[in-house]
Amino acid sequence: MIPASFSYKRAWSADEALDLAAQHGDDAKFLAGGHSLLPLMKLRLAVPEILVDIGRLPEFSYIRDDDGHIAVGTLTTYHDLARSSLLASELPLLAHAAGQVGDPQVRHRGTIGGSLAHADPAADLPAVILALDATLVARGPAGRRDIGAGEFFRGLFETALEPGELLTEIRFPKPQAAGWSFQKFTKRAIDWAIVGVAVQGDRVALVNMGQRPLRASGVERALSGGAGPRDAAAHAAEGTRPPHDINADSGYREHLARVLVARALEESRSRA
Amino acid sequence: MKLTVMVNGRQVAAEVEDRTLLVHFVRDVAGLTATNIGCDTSSCGACTVLLDGQSVKSCTVLAAQADGCEVVTVEGLAGPDGELHPMQSAFHAEHGLQCGFCTPGMVMAAVSLLRENPAPTEEQVRSGLEGNLCRCTGYHNIVRAVLAAAEAGAEVTR
Repeated sequence: MIPASFSYKRAWSADEALDLAAQHGDDAKFLAGGHSLLPLMKLRLAVPEILVDIGRLPEFSYIRDDDGHIAVGTLTTYHDLARSSLLASELPLLAHAAGQVGDPQVRHRGTIGGSLAHADPAADLPAVILALDATLVARGPAGRRDIGAGEFFRGLFETALEPGELLTEIRFPKPQAAGWSFQKFTKRAIDWAIVGVAVQGDRVALVNMGQRPLRASGVERALSGGAGPRDAAAHAAEGTRPPHDINADSGYREHLARVLVARALEESRSRA
Repeated sequence: MKLTVMVNGRQVAAEVEDRTLLVHFVRDVAGLTATNIGCDTSSCGACTVLLDGQSVKSCTVLAAQADGCEVVTVEGLAGPDGELHPMQSAFHAEHGLQCGFCTPGMVMAAVSLLRENPAPTEEQVRSGLEGNLCRCTGYHNIVRAVLAAAEAGAEVTR
């Protein structure tokens, strides 16, 4: 399979990327590593007329300690996240989860910004940034804008980014509560999670339990009311609408969410 | 679009459609057909090549994304006199293949793995090859081959 025809434009600066996107409007898509977008284009589920390749902009690939936050550039690959010693000490949840995405080849190319802007509810990192209470920094024709992770994901493959806006940085507060865990269940290593769970302290987020990544609010309420991991995990499927597909039906996903949340909370406590 | 890719040390320049995938560039333009197209959905790893030293699935990379970069395929591993790369020798010695379809991708994934981790444990080899499927179920010998190559110091050569 090859994608439908499109016109490829390589941006050599962020300004050039924004100009190209502004010029072509809805017909243009940004291309980072391409590991979310290209598979969709091969299936004709995405048919952009213009691809604006931002993959050669080195200024967007970094992980740094910045004024009490950890700042991660949008083009940082899963591979670099997984191997970062700064993340290993400050945000081990992010480093660990990035190392569980896909397989080594995918991790060499796929980027954090690409994954988040793509907003696949079955992807790992969207739930991780919810659990870490990150802020997403976007740049567009109107300038810079900060978007809280909780407001970023709007629906299936849909985010708060406006046409022509480029996600440039993800900012993470240093977690107050040390315990963390990332659990996912897949049939094969390279598959998307049937269900996944990211926990940082008392924040719990779910992968693939609805149209977008979700906080497990029932679990969080139970935890704040003093419930233990097992009792809190019983609320894992509350307020979710998990998909029914070839891998699992909704009831199985609800069961899996309760099992994985219990494991995640127990592991998180053991690390706190 | 016009692009130039260094493939196995040889500069390959061509005018191609913007939508050309790297695997088609390697096979049809550079004429190197050892790299196989298996699933064509970035699952099986048969099309794995090195792009600037790192393993990638060339069915999920545009040729345009490799413009100006360096690509190594399994044909680029052996020495100029035909002497096998230590990873190839290890696959041969340990019978790390049956039908051979996954082998070019498997070897390239293994070369990339040892560059990042020259002395992996068996478990690290198994997880490091997660992105490559072998339908002959030849994994045990493949893992043995990679461990043998690591032992022989495969990462330091070429």
